Amino acid sequence: MKDIETYTVPIMADLAAQGKTPEYLFWVGCAGAFDTRYKKVTVAFAKLLLHAEVDFAILGSEETCNGDPAKRAGNEMLFQMQALRVIEMLKMYNVKKIITCCPHCFNIFKNEYPELGGNYEVTHHSVFLNELVEKGILTSDKNILKDKSIVYHDPCYLGRGNDIYEPAREINKSVTDKIIEMPRNRSKALCCGAGGAQMFKEAETGNKEVFVERTEEALNTGADIVATSCPFCMTMITDGIKYKNREDEVKNLDIAELLLMALKIDL
Amino acid sequence: MIKQVVFSLVLLATLAVFAYSMKRLWYNFSLTKKQPVGNWGKRFRLMLEVAIGQTKIFRYPLAGIFHALVFWGFLVITLGSIEMVIDGIFGTERIMSGTGWFYDFITASGDIMAYVIVVCILFFLSRRLFIRIKRFYGVEMQPKSKYDALIALKIILLLMVSLAGLNMAYCQMHPDDHVGLFPLSSIFAPLLLSDLSTHGLHVLHEISWWVHILLIFIFANILPYSKHFHVFTSIPNVFLSRLEPLGYLQNMPSITTEIRYMLFPETAESPTEASVARYGVKDVGDVTWKNYLDSLACTECGRCTDNCPANITGKKLSPRKIFIDLRARMKEYAEATRVNGLEYNDGKSLLHDFVSTEELWACTTCNACAQECPVNINHPSLIVDMRRYLVMEEASAPAGLNAMFANIENNGAPWQYPPEDRLLWLNDLNKS
Repeated sequence: MKDIETYTVPIMADLAAQGKTPEYLFWVGCAGAFDTRYKKVTVAFAKLLLHAEVDFAILGSEETCNGDPAKRAGNEMLFQMQALRVIEMLKMYNVKKIITCCPHCFNIFKNEYPELGGNYEVTHHSVFLNELVEKGILTSDKNILKDKSIVYHDPCYLGRGNDIYEPAREINKSVTDKIIEMPRNRSKALCCGAGGAQMFKEAETGNKEVFVERTEEALNTGADIVATSCPFCMTMITDGIKYKNREDEVKNLDIAELLLMALKIDL
Repeated sequence: MIKQVVFSLVLLATLAVFAYSMKRLWYNFSLTKKQPVGNWGKRFRLMLEVAIGQTKIFRYPLAGIFHALVFWGFLVITLGSIEMVIDGIFGTERIMSGTGWFYDFITASGDIMAYVIVVCILFFLSRRLFIRIKRFYGVEMQPKSKYDALIALKIILLLMVSLAGLNMAYCQMHPDDHVGLFPLSSIFAPLLLSDLSTHGLHVLHEISWWVHILLIFIFANILPYSKHFHVFTSIPNVFLSRLEPLGYLQNMPSITTEIRYMLFPETAESPTEASVARYGVKDVGDVTWKNYLDSLACTECGRCTDNCPANITGKKLSPRKIFIDLRARMKEYAEATRVNGLEYNDGKSLLHDFVSTEELWACTTCNACAQECPVNINHPSLIVDMRRYLVMEEASAPAGLNAMFANIENNGAPWQYPPEDRLLWLNDLNKS
């Protein structure tokens, strides 16, 4: 693990100009680039990658939507238009391995791109960071967050969608011993309400918002921190905590932010 | 001899009615779209685990254990039923008794499971009659669904009571020289049947035998018209279910051809006009045979709806309803075209007349429904297929989604930000 004075993130086109191909593409995703709150997660994850001396680059302004929200909303035409363009671009940069913080981007690269000709080794940041912790490349100091209790909300497209439940929990365990579970966890977890392109539309009429139902469940555990590992879950849970007027006591943080906060940097 | 003739005629009638029902179903399947199947080894393991092993039913532990016991009991008792049919045709008595330990195994397990199933069915009946379990209610749960469940449970109860009667009468008639093992009936018989004469026992034996076998025949022919058809369809449905992770949503190959041609006209093959008849699903003619099999395998347990975030928060969506609707619409459409020919259009469709857009747009594609379904029905893929019709054929997506589509087309992001702004977060890297 390296101490860093000035963080610099390499950009794919710059490396290509120097004839270099990084091992990983860090796919930032639209929320990672544009969502005010979630940009902090992107920053945290990039810092962790730099501390761990991972050989990576981002596409920067060349990145474009991989078509996931369009596909889930039923616009297969627009999805495939985006997908075939993205595949061409990644071919140009000779991308073999992708890391991303977004479970939706992760899912579509892993499950739906191969049929269209895009074959990559895709890793979600929870899995990637957990490996770095397990290998001892990143080490956390348990004293920093030891008084905080953490409850983890499973993103649908990581959990049920791809059967990945434990790495994020392992990261949480590496920063505190106070781990709480919601009654509905892992494959029984309740959706935050944003999936299936709900993020971009008004909710249909009902007697409650899904994000309120889920946030209440998280708040009822009494945890100090609600940990998430998906940009859309973060929007929903953060909104839910504000809606319940609990933002002073309870924080919604991404697992990358938690790990960065607890990072032990040897000087 | 008379018994053999009567039995054989009844059996023929049963098979004829059943064949008629299957022929009608075959016609329904012929209306649906093709979808290839492969990977048989993996499917076989999945079937052993989810269908035979009942793994997903245990996600509701109490109902799960009772259901699994009934299911496993059915498996061993079915072997005994096969013997009864052979005996009935040929006038033999316990034809399989020459199989030694195997016969001891099937008679002993069948005997124990008959009583176990009686207890389980009493649990299921009382749960439906005396407790209000939320997932057994909902707009799609018409009175037919309720009676359907109660009739099936009562038939199964009678099946088991008659089997117990048969076993007990047999044990009491042959206390020392019976073939096979009847661990429970040999205990109960002296307690319950000691007052009966030899003739009385014989009558009880015959009545139990006929009641049991006739109920099987009747039940088998009610099933294709009932939600309890899952007795036949659930094992094949699990076997044929999707093997991809739940997060996977099928791509549309016809669109790939079109877009390749559009983006790379020099190298791509040109799309044929016949390749796309219709985008997405509007009616039962657009669904795959697997979607329809899903609807036949659905036993309306409601675990999907019980776990649906939209349904939990009072939205109209109920994943179970989508498949009950598919089954109902297929029945209506198939009957209409059977009479009037395939060109007939009754002016109705699955989408709109059965499933409303409000239901479809409430789905978060979270896959809680598919995760819970004990027979591996995949609800989100059909929901998205109907969304595809709404978006690509009707252009009738909600306003927010149309704005999202436009943003992706114009600036490559679901929000209205220019691509250059994708670098802005880098400015925050060195701010503390």
